[in-house]
Amino acid sequence: MGKTFKKPEALSDAHTHYCPGCTHGVIHRLVAETIDELGIRGRTVGIAPVGCAVLAYNYLNCDFQEAAHGRAPAMATGIKRVRPDLMVFTYQGDGDLASIGMGEIIHAANRGEKFTTIFVNNAIYGMTGGQMAPTTMPGQRTSTSPLGRNVEEVGMPIKVAELLAALQTPAYITRQTVIKPKYINKAKKAIKQAFTYQLENRCFSLVEVVSTCPTNWGMTPVEAVDWTEKTLLAYYQPGDYKIPA
Amino acid sequence: MAKVLMKGNEAIGEAAIRAGCLNYFAYPITPQSEVAEYLVRRMPEVGGVFLQGESEVAVGYMIFGAAGAGERVFTTSSSPGISLMSEAISYIAAAQCPAVFVNIMRGGPGLGGILPSQADYLQATKGIGHGDCRLLVMAPASVQEAVEMVMNAFPLAEKYRNPVMILGDGLIGQMMEPVAFPDHLKSEPTNKDAWATNGMDHRKSKSRNLVKSLFLDPVQLNDNNLQLKAKYERMRAETVMSESYNTDGDYTGLIVSYGTMSRVCRTAIDMLKAEGIEVGMLRPQTLFPFPEKALADAVSKPSCTHVLSIEMSMGQMVEDVDRFVRGLLPVSWYGKCGGDIPTPEEVIDVVKERFA
Amino acid sequence: MQSEIMFAGFGGQGILLIGKILAHAAMEEGFEVAWVPSYGPEMRGGTAYCTVVISDRPIGSPIIKNPLHLVAMNGPSLKKFAPTVKKGGIIFINRSLIDFGADRNDVDEFPVSVVEIAKDLGSVKAANIVALSAFVARSDIVPMETLKHCIKAEFSEKAKLIPLNMEAIAAGEKAARK
Repeated sequence: MGKTFKKPEALSDAHTHYCPGCTHGVIHRLVAETIDELGIRGRTVGIAPVGCAVLAYNYLNCDFQEAAHGRAPAMATGIKRVRPDLMVFTYQGDGDLASIGMGEIIHAANRGEKFTTIFVNNAIYGMTGGQMAPTTMPGQRTSTSPLGRNVEEVGMPIKVAELLAALQTPAYITRQTVIKPKYINKAKKAIKQAFTYQLENRCFSLVEVVSTCPTNWGMTPVEAVDWTEKTLLAYYQPGDYKIPA
Repeated sequence: MAKVLMKGNEAIGEAAIRAGCLNYFAYPITPQSEVAEYLVRRMPEVGGVFLQGESEVAVGYMIFGAAGAGERVFTTSSSPGISLMSEAISYIAAAQCPAVFVNIMRGGPGLGGILPSQADYLQATKGIGHGDCRLLVMAPASVQEAVEMVMNAFPLAEKYRNPVMILGDGLIGQMMEPVAFPDHLKSEPTNKDAWATNGMDHRKSKSRNLVKSLFLDPVQLNDNNLQLKAKYERMRAETVMSESYNTDGDYTGLIVSYGTMSRVCRTAIDMLKAEGIEVGMLRPQTLFPFPEKALADAVSKPSCTHVLSIEMSMGQMVEDVDRFVRGLLPVSWYGKCGGDIPTPEEVIDVVKERFA
Repeated sequence: MQSEIMFAGFGGQGILLIGKILAHAAMEEGFEVAWVPSYGPEMRGGTAYCTVVISDRPIGSPIIKNPLHLVAMNGPSLKKFAPTVKKGGIIFINRSLIDFGADRNDVDEFPVSVVEIAKDLGSVKAANIVALSAFVARSDIVPMETLKHCIKAEFSEKAKLIPLNMEAIAAGEKAARK
């Protein structure tokens, strides 16, 4: 009888530092499975962000570079332009991509850089201890919005997938989540599609993954899943926002 | 070797190609935009990469990414742009990747002006980015020397796995002079399989490489910084360059000056000589490492009574000159900035007033 | 021996180009040369000037406050730079646009109506080459043949302009010799 379950080769044996109920582990696994299935581990370079996933290279077993905060898309551009044969992906959180790195992601997407971005949106800064992000929900309490996000003062949360989909350059832009098994299969398909577009040298691709942060949200993992489904997914609606022609 | 008449900025672009660097990322800024305007036409002819980034911040990381992937890469900018790239330069130095940055300096601080300046000496040699990082800094005084320094910069960056900066004032970029591209300065990129993220399949070891600068363990961070420090010590021992002028005989004082400013001083020294006044000059060609031994030798001449640092800045290199003269002789500064370049006549007046 | 020539005029008059052609010709003659442009805000539509330094030894300061010669293509340039020219130098004046003199008695003042000459040749655009040729013929700073060779090289990608510019060279030389 053959094995029915095995760990992807692109996933290391290390125990992750992620909190209980955090979805980074699931997303890492989906990326690793994709790399294995496409047989590209030997020519893949990941770019780690600054944020909770800064140590992603300890868990994903391929070449990696570590960017400064927000600059992963510029680094990916540099690699992909000089080595178009390499498969390049950035793995970024919402503080990294949607705040300090907004300029880099918009311009990389608009140039149609042929790399893939996994954008993990959990509506808060995780690693620095739960500060408000550009994606924090109206009224959501964080350590820098203790009374809840006041949209009169700081505006509405940014919908990254919709924003990037508005660019005229062809791209694959989709929003997924991994909070329940029924969503995970779809997310896996989207991630694989994104890497496939890169493999075919088609277009820039971004998979936004709506995620949890029970620790900084002050919730149990179960409450976090529930809040994500009811509140985050209502605002950040899953679906494909742009598909290359 | 046939010489061609070329603008410094264009010659710098061509020199990189002749050295074997076919990857260029940049953002326009006066007075060096001609490098990009030249390379956007030239890179496709040699199968190279040209990309105009969205900002100097992004360009810094495009350089980091490409360098981390093991490819020769360079950028050019001017003072305010270099400030924006300095974050990336710190990361590149920490991650020990080779890359070449050209700074065609303009007046500052702030938006400053667009005319020639040497006001980024301290930034380049001491304060380029946060943390314990240094650049190898070379300062050309002619278009030909800029060509040779750019061509040398790539193997040096690879030798030390550290960013190298060519620090030229605006005139070096804007001036046209006859240049030749010495064939012997063409070099093959070194094998980077030991550390670059060029894909595991590509390497004999089949083990993966990480390009990173985060060391949460204090012992590891200290180790990395010790490695950097050891490299900077090696640069001091191996790579320091300077040129002396009129120092064979006796001289009453020594001028220390670099780049275009040193050429003005050379003319002043010739004019002083015609009046019977002997002044020597030390021209640092590397600013980091600073030619401290050559300076010590030059000031040890018994006839020398004064050391005068002349710069197109409000007195930056003079801090190093003072440091390495070690109180043996009086050290003073003269300079102007913002494009109002001191003339030979002004230099002569200052020399006469201070020590001749 | 070092000579410095300042070329000055309006942006669009081809000032930087004729400076470059002279620098090229001097290089071909085996001299050390430096061509130093003004690149300040004035390059955006106002005055343009450049200095060409020609020397038989390595050039020290490329910054020249007092050139040996001046080629003034418009009034403001003549006003501004005529007083800076060294004693015994040439001040070339574009008589077509400048109706006054250098107000110096220690220089070789040399006016030529380059625009009218160029117009007679068929294009006012050649006025800068007429001026260059007249100045070179007057100063003998490089041989005319070398100058012609460098103009051909400069226009090698716009070969149809070469005959006009050769006529401009001849006309400029004639203006200088009469």
